[in-house]
Parts: sequence; C-alpha cells; structure tokens
Amino acid sequence: MAEEPKHIVSSFEADLKRLRDMIAAMGGLVEQAVTDAMTALLQHDPDIATRVVENDPKIDVQERQVEQFAVTLLALRQPVADDLRQVVSALKVITDLERVGDYAANIAKRSLVINRVAQGFALSGLGQMALLVQQNLKTAIDAVGEADPQKAIAVWRADQLVDDLYNTIFRELITYMMEDARSISACAHLLFIAKNLERIGDHATNIAELTYYAVTGQNLPDFRPKGDLTSAYVHAPPAAQ
Amino acid sequence: MKAASHETMTQAGVPAELTSPLIDEAARVSIRNLNFYYGATHALKDINIDYADRKTTAMIGPSGCGKSTLLRVLNRMYDLYPGQRAEGEVMIGGQNIIEPGQNLNQLRRRVGMVFQKPTPFPKSIYENVIFGVRLHEKLSKSELDERVEWALTRAALWNEVKDRLSTSAIGLSGGQQQRLCIARSIAVRPEVLLLDEPTSALDPISTLKIEELIDELKRDFTIIIVTHNMQQAGRCADAVAFFYLGELVEVGPASQIFTAPRERRTQEYITGRFG
Repeated sequence: MAEEPKHIVSSFEADLKRLRDMIAAMGGLVEQAVTDAMTALLQHDPDIATRVVENDPKIDVQERQVEQFAVTLLALRQPVADDLRQVVSALKVITDLERVGDYAANIAKRSLVINRVAQGFALSGLGQMALLVQQNLKTAIDAVGEADPQKAIAVWRADQLVDDLYNTIFRELITYMMEDARSISACAHLLFIAKNLERIGDHATNIAELTYYAVTGQNLPDFRPKGDLTSAYVHAPPAAQ
Repeated sequence: MKAASHETMTQAGVPAELTSPLIDEAARVSIRNLNFYYGATHALKDINIDYADRKTTAMIGPSGCGKSTLLRVLNRMYDLYPGQRAEGEVMIGGQNIIEPGQNLNQLRRRVGMVFQKPTPFPKSIYENVIFGVRLHEKLSKSELDERVEWALTRAALWNEVKDRLSTSAIGLSGGQQQRLCIARSIAVRPEVLLLDEPTSALDPISTLKIEELIDELKRDFTIIIVTHNMQQAGRCADAVAFFYLGELVEVGPASQIFTAPRERRTQEYITGRFG
C-alpha cells in the first residue's frame, strides 16, 4: 500500500493515515502494558503491576475512539477495495489489541498475588516466552502501521515457538505442583500467566492475518502452525512399584 | 503485493464466488475481439466480454474510456454517424449484430436503451409507452391497453399515472420521466436493456427507485448499465467491468471488484487514487 499513488481527495488520505496512527498509538499502549506486566512479575514490583491495572481503561477508551472514527470513515467516505479492507481490519485489530490489554492487566494482578504467596520460583521460562510474545506483538503492530505483509507472515509463522515454550512451562509447573502441594496456589497463577501469554501470541497472529488480508486482498491459509498441546495433556502417574 | 507470490497462499481461503467470474454463466451478449474506430481514433481495443443472461453488468471507467462507445455498438447507434466503424464479433441471440445486412429496427427492438437525461416524447404518457410497440406489432386497442399497463407496472410507474394516461409526459417529474422511458423501452419486450447513466440527472430518492426497478427488471432482461457512481455499481450490478483508454481492464463479480480487485488500475480508479 505504501507505494501506491495518493488519493485525489487529500483529506481522505489524511483520514486513513490518522486511522493507522490511532492504531499505532493504541498498539503502543498495549505493548507497554505487556512489558510492564512482565516486569512487575519478574522483578516483583507491585507498583508497576498496579500501574498496568490502572492504565487498562485507557486502552478501552482508545479502542472506542478508533471504533468511532472507523465507523465515521465507513459512513462518510464509503471506502472500497484496499481502503475498505484497511478500515474493516482496523475494526477487528483493535478488538484483538483490547483483549491483549486485558491479558496484560490479568498478568499484573496475578503478579501481586504471587509476590505475596511465593517468590522462590525460577521464572526464566516465562520470561523467555514473554520476550517472544512481545516481539511477535510488536512485529504485528508494525505490520499494521507499515502495511507490510512480510512482517505479518513472520508473526504468523513464529507463533508455534510460543506454543512450544508454553507446553514446556505447563509441564514444568505441573511437576512443581506434584513435588510440593504448597506450591499449587502460586503455580496455578503462573499457569494462568503462561496461558495469558499464549493467548496474547494468538491475538498477535490474528492481527497478522488481518493485516495480510487488508494489504494483499488474500487470506492466509486456514491451517496455521500450532503447537499448544496442553489441552490434551495428562500427567502420567509413576508406575506402581 | 510481494507476498502474493508465496505459493501456498495464492487464493487460499478465498470463497469460490470471489474467484469464478460471472462470465462463466450463460451469456446473452458475447463480444469477441471487438475494435471500434471514430475515423482514425481507435476507441475500443480488442474487447472480449460476456454479459450474463438476466444479470446486471455495470460498466465503469473515466470519461473517454470507451464504455459509452461500447453501449452504442450494442444497438448499432454508431450507424447514424459516418466514419465510425466496428470490427469483430458481437453476438446477441446467435447473430453477429455488427455484420452488414442486419435489420436495425429489429435489433433496436431487441436491445432497448435509456439515456442519461429523460427523453419523453411531447405526447401523452400512453402514446410514449406504445410508440415503439406500434412500429413492431399490430395489436388491438385492448391489447395495447394491456401492454401499457404491463410496461408501466414493470417500470413501477403505473400507480402514479394510471389516472392521467392521456396527459402530456412532459408534466411528469424527472424521476417519473426516466421511469416512463424505461417503460417505453421494455414495452417492446427487448432481450437486453442498455442504461446510459440513467440516474445522473435524478435526486437520491428517484435514483433509488430506478435502482430498485433495475433489480426487478433483471429477472426478465439482461441489463447493461454505464454509471459514474461507484456505489450505484456496487448496489445494482452483479458484475462490474472496468474500462480504461479503450481497453477492458478487468471484469468480475461486484463483490470481488469492490473488495479485492485483481488489477492495480481498477483499485486505483475505484478508490480515487487515479491519475
């Protein structure tokens, strides 16, 4: 889209740019929320956690602003072709972003609990998973702003790594719980945090798919590399002696 | 669209209706290798297009792109002007209508036309409707009355004029006059109805009435409409054909043309990034 000629009506061009800028701004807030939530968890910082929870309504407000602007664009400009795809995908992208904000706030809330009940867990696996998810989220948001289908494909492919890490963390936490029943409370929260990160990865993938369609007019294939096996996971009890 | 070359992604997940153009359906009008010249000017270049039977096809494109010229070929209106000639094949009902020796009166009965501005004759409403019928058919008074009612009803005008059929058509509003012209065209029961920007001189409500009428009429007629209004093409047409500089750039279902056109020139035109 970037190399296309500009619209004859320059105010329409400006409106479409404003829409992209609004999504980029909302995306920035959401990225920051995820980063802060993980910092709060990994550095045991309740102040940062509280800030993430308090800032979540700002993301919701931005979602409504973008939504109103996009609906106005549809009504007044009646866009077609790539312009139409851009506006419609914007409406869906902000829903994904808003959910990511919710997951970040949820991670922050759980980090407060974990700080209270236990601080002795090795969280490097979660940290690593979070880095990957943050990277994917950033690339997906960049793909929207830059109308870049290659970045969208990169995110779409990378999600399987997130799933692989999630499976590992899931097994690890189950093992902790087996070893020491007192860890169950903290581990349950960590499981949810891992699941939240995994879901954030899925939303980043959604954003990538929407962007690919908006830019090229074609859909990515229905099948996508997926690796979350935990919904079928059963921990086998040790064989009877 | 660098990514489109990625093999596994081509057309994946695109509904079938978006990939199979309407031209596969039974065609009422088939054009092959049509070239048209205004003297030395080559106005239509190697046009190949099928107009599906009992569907509406909209022709869009900037002024001078050849869409109105093509409309004028379909009922041989260009014959009225010396120095204009068409080459190729325009098949309507099994006949190549641009060959010499065609009965043009018969052709113009089979291919009706409505123009941009309403063109009522300075006669009564009744006489306007049966003007063409009288040329082609010998009907009794009661049969003529029936035909007038049928045509005016199909043109969604009957209820508004049934009590004043003998009054002058000039007294009708613009929208009513245009519907009268449509009634006059369909009264001779054509196969194809050509509409050349039929609503560009009408207010929004009259425009919507004509569009509703087009939707009704396509059950019986093959409709080809030239329009500069993109939204109108989207609302009325099953298929949309984009012309530029005398060439047919792209034809496809309206749903595909307005969401994901295949050709870059189509996209630039319909989104307003042209020139």
